[in-house]
Amino acid sequence: MAETGTLKVKTGLAEMLKGGVIMDVTTPEQAKIAEEAGACAVMALERVPADIRAAGGVARMADPTVIQRIMDAVTIPVMAKARIGHFVEAQILEELGVDYIDESEVLTPADEDFHINKHEFKVPFVCGARDLGEALRRIGEGAAMIRTKGEPGTGNIVEAVRHMRRVMSEIRRIQNMPEEELMTAAKEMRAPYELVLKVKELGRLPVVNFAAGGVATPADAALMMQLGADGVFVGSGIFKSKDPAARAKAIVAAVTHYNEPKILAEVSKDLGEAMPGIEISSIEPHERMQERGW
Amino acid sequence: MKIGILALQGAFREHRKVIESLGHTAVEVRKPEQLEGVDGIIIPGGESTTIGKLMIDYSLLEPIRHMAQAGTPIFGTCAGMVLLAKDIKGSDQPRLGLMDVSVVRNGFGRQVDSFEEDINIDALGEKPFRAVFIRAPYIESISPQVGILAQLDRDRVVLARQGNLLACAFHPELTDDKRIHKYFLQMVKESKE
Repeated sequence: MAETGTLKVKTGLAEMLKGGVIMDVTTPEQAKIAEEAGACAVMALERVPADIRAAGGVARMADPTVIQRIMDAVTIPVMAKARIGHFVEAQILEELGVDYIDESEVLTPADEDFHINKHEFKVPFVCGARDLGEALRRIGEGAAMIRTKGEPGTGNIVEAVRHMRRVMSEIRRIQNMPEEELMTAAKEMRAPYELVLKVKELGRLPVVNFAAGGVATPADAALMMQLGADGVFVGSGIFKSKDPAARAKAIVAAVTHYNEPKILAEVSKDLGEAMPGIEISSIEPHERMQERGW
Repeated sequence: MKIGILALQGAFREHRKVIESLGHTAVEVRKPEQLEGVDGIIIPGGESTTIGKLMIDYSLLEPIRHMAQAGTPIFGTCAGMVLLAKDIKGSDQPRLGLMDVSVVRNGFGRQVDSFEEDINIDALGEKPFRAVFIRAPYIESISPQVGILAQLDRDRVVLARQGNLLACAFHPELTDDKRIHKYFLQMVKESKE
């Protein structure tokens, strides 16, 4: 008998997205540009993170009509964001048939204590993390894919680099620990013990791990890949730049050929202006999106 | 034997692991020169539109097509099946277009409809195969020179072979059952004899 919504098919879709670029889009036209450029999936939004940041106020799930129109426009997977802890937004997105839900700190959290119980859904979830403990807590709640939080909407890669390096170095630390130290490590990281054992066994996260939050150039994307990301989300970086189609295509090439400086040099040429960047220290700590969730 | 795994996007790492676990050499292929000396090629799952476009941009479509026509065995899973097909329903996306089949992309629906199921593959013996279908395609119509190895029902073929070409709608690289990879390696071995 056919079984749907299994962990295998949830994590499996993320495996198929590897080595690819997932692009934020707000209209069917943008979605088509992304697909044409070689995006492996799109994230359907009402506003890109840079605009959400500029607008302030409460950011919520996008209007289902916006999401539906984007789903109708492309054949690649379509993702959409729900607020942290807002399981009813997630129920609505599942009902719409989106292919992945991002329980995202880019939106204003709906619950300051509890994330969504993602095991209850047939649709898979991706969640942000700044360190290994946070990644494993989300996986424990049922996330089938992890991404760095970075600092969304800034066009500044520094936070994504920090988060990816931290996760990777903690994985290496776990790998080198004798078994008897793992329970204490789990306690200190506030991570489920079974998942810490799994990390030791695999030498990586038990699910796919993408980079997100601040990617603006092909070089940023390749940097994250060389640091160990399985693929890259680009939020504001494409459609806030001067020439989105060219930049999108260049970032796709940079993720595939992340280890080839010659190709990276070639695709980085003549892309026009990148999105305007924001220095992280100029953002008040309580306004940093990465601080949302736990 | 040396198996080239198209590594532009998708689940190439999993295929590499299976091939290496069976004692063969796997090379990731991102540029035409990496095809040199390979005995067989795997086109992995991923997004067929992404992989197709990158195959054109990095000049891999023609060399792989020529190798296939010269007899090199090719094994396509999921997106790989789509890229092997001559006809893709409702799409003019780039493809290798080698097999005389017509495929339906996302044939079972969206991700919430993705599923796993035990299927029978007579060529692999009696034990059922746990097949993982993720936004999977299926073969809708098939010409007489293509052999059906597995189907879900009369209208949906999910594993088929035409000479040196093997197309699979599901993901054998995501489970521990290596029989389909072994079947492909046997094809590669026979092609060298």
